[in-house]
Amino acid sequence: MTVSPPLGMLVELTHRCPLQCGYCSNPLELLKADRELATQQWKAAFAQAAELGVRQAHLSGGEPTLRPELEELVACLSDHGIYTNLITAAVTLDRDRLFALRDHGLDHVQISFQGAKAETTELVGRYRGAHEKKRAVASWVREAGLPVTINAPIHRLNIHEVPDFVALALELDAERLEIANVQYYGWAYLNRASLLPDYEAVMAQVDYVAQIRAELLGRLNIDFVTPDYYADYPKPCMGGWAADAFVLAPDGTMLPCHAAQSIDGLSFHRVTDRPLREIWEDSESFNRFRGTDWLPEPCRSCDRKEIDFGGCRCQAFALTGDAAATDPGCMHSPHHAALRELPAPKEMQPRKIGRAVERA
Amino acid sequence: MRPKRITITPESRPCLPRHVRLRFDELRNAPIVLAPEKVLWPDEISAEILKRCDGRTTVAEIATAFARDYVAPVEEIATDILAFLQGWSDRLLVDVATSDKTGTADVSEVS
Repeated sequence: MTVSPPLGMLVELTHRCPLQCGYCSNPLELLKADRELATQQWKAAFAQAAELGVRQAHLSGGEPTLRPELEELVACLSDHGIYTNLITAAVTLDRDRLFALRDHGLDHVQISFQGAKAETTELVGRYRGAHEKKRAVASWVREAGLPVTINAPIHRLNIHEVPDFVALALELDAERLEIANVQYYGWAYLNRASLLPDYEAVMAQVDYVAQIRAELLGRLNIDFVTPDYYADYPKPCMGGWAADAFVLAPDGTMLPCHAAQSIDGLSFHRVTDRPLREIWEDSESFNRFRGTDWLPEPCRSCDRKEIDFGGCRCQAFALTGDAAATDPGCMHSPHHAALRELPAPKEMQPRKIGRAVERA
Repeated sequence: MRPKRITITPESRPCLPRHVRLRFDELRNAPIVLAPEKVLWPDEISAEILKRCDGRTTVAEIATAFARDYVAPVEEIATDILAFLQGWSDRLLVDVATSDKTGTADVSEVS
């Protein structure tokens, strides 16, 4: 198989985070600080990534600004011609640091808002004063002359605030607003009974977003991540497994997507143990679901196979026990109807490092 | 956020916002545009249009130059370029220089 080069990488610099959102995209087994790569190891990985073809990096976490050498890492990426995007909860950023990051070459900042209202942001992220802090950081980003994206993860506790998120994005002079319905892996899967919105609320949201998007054409870019539990077809997860992007976990483990380690039976390598190119091109786990040759029926003979590539492998594994199955998000999956059967509601488990959790 | 949608006219002086970068990707041998959480692959002609979006040249002037370089009717070319730039402007990937903005850009270039 000819493997084309990757274009983007998501770098999870740390799993540490001041917020405790119950839908965090990090794995249930969070890594402690002593497992994180050292500055020089990150820089060596970035150099290899640039050589392999990566042109855009998303610096994320956990909270990436908890790494004191973030400026140096941004400068390193920038020197390699890589466009840098900081994905931050923003509560640990001050104005001087933000301007320093800009001066080291940062291109764009994405700030997460857990709610459009202060009380929702505090309730979901469990961090006092978070909302005002985030608003202040957004204004500094604009003052620094950088574009800002407002990221709004949507679930049952804030789905009624979608119009307020649009108003917030306009008020904060954002370039983009991401209305991102929570994807149910890891923490979100564990807490899905508390998070999954009602069907009616989701449909109202879909209509509203279509209308406001048209209304704000040419003024604000609104990206919409659909809630796939209520969709007919699965999302084209990562644009296909190991197609043009990868993830680096805090310990340097290279993954086809941020949840890939939730799949049993796949082993992944660290960029400190093997050359990044070798992992991308030759490793068994990256090649396992690459392209469309591996697809099962009904995907194999489906005319959407080049559109969604059979959907998401992690979701297929979580819901069917078989990572090579059709994503249950698809109406042709025998597991599709079961998607909406929720376990009995229970108290939300906040994200925490070292907390004993049941495997979902 | 823009206070209102920009309509691209023949008199507009289009430019790329500072955070939208047009480059040539040597590895893939193709023009590439890097933007917030977006990567675009303009074809050769689109890249040629974007290259000329310097905030000083008008759309009409770009069209005239194109008509000359590609030996094609200017009206047709102008229509295509307007539609292309309107599409990119609607995705906030292309801006237009106002007289104020041009002034600011000139100052920063000198300093």
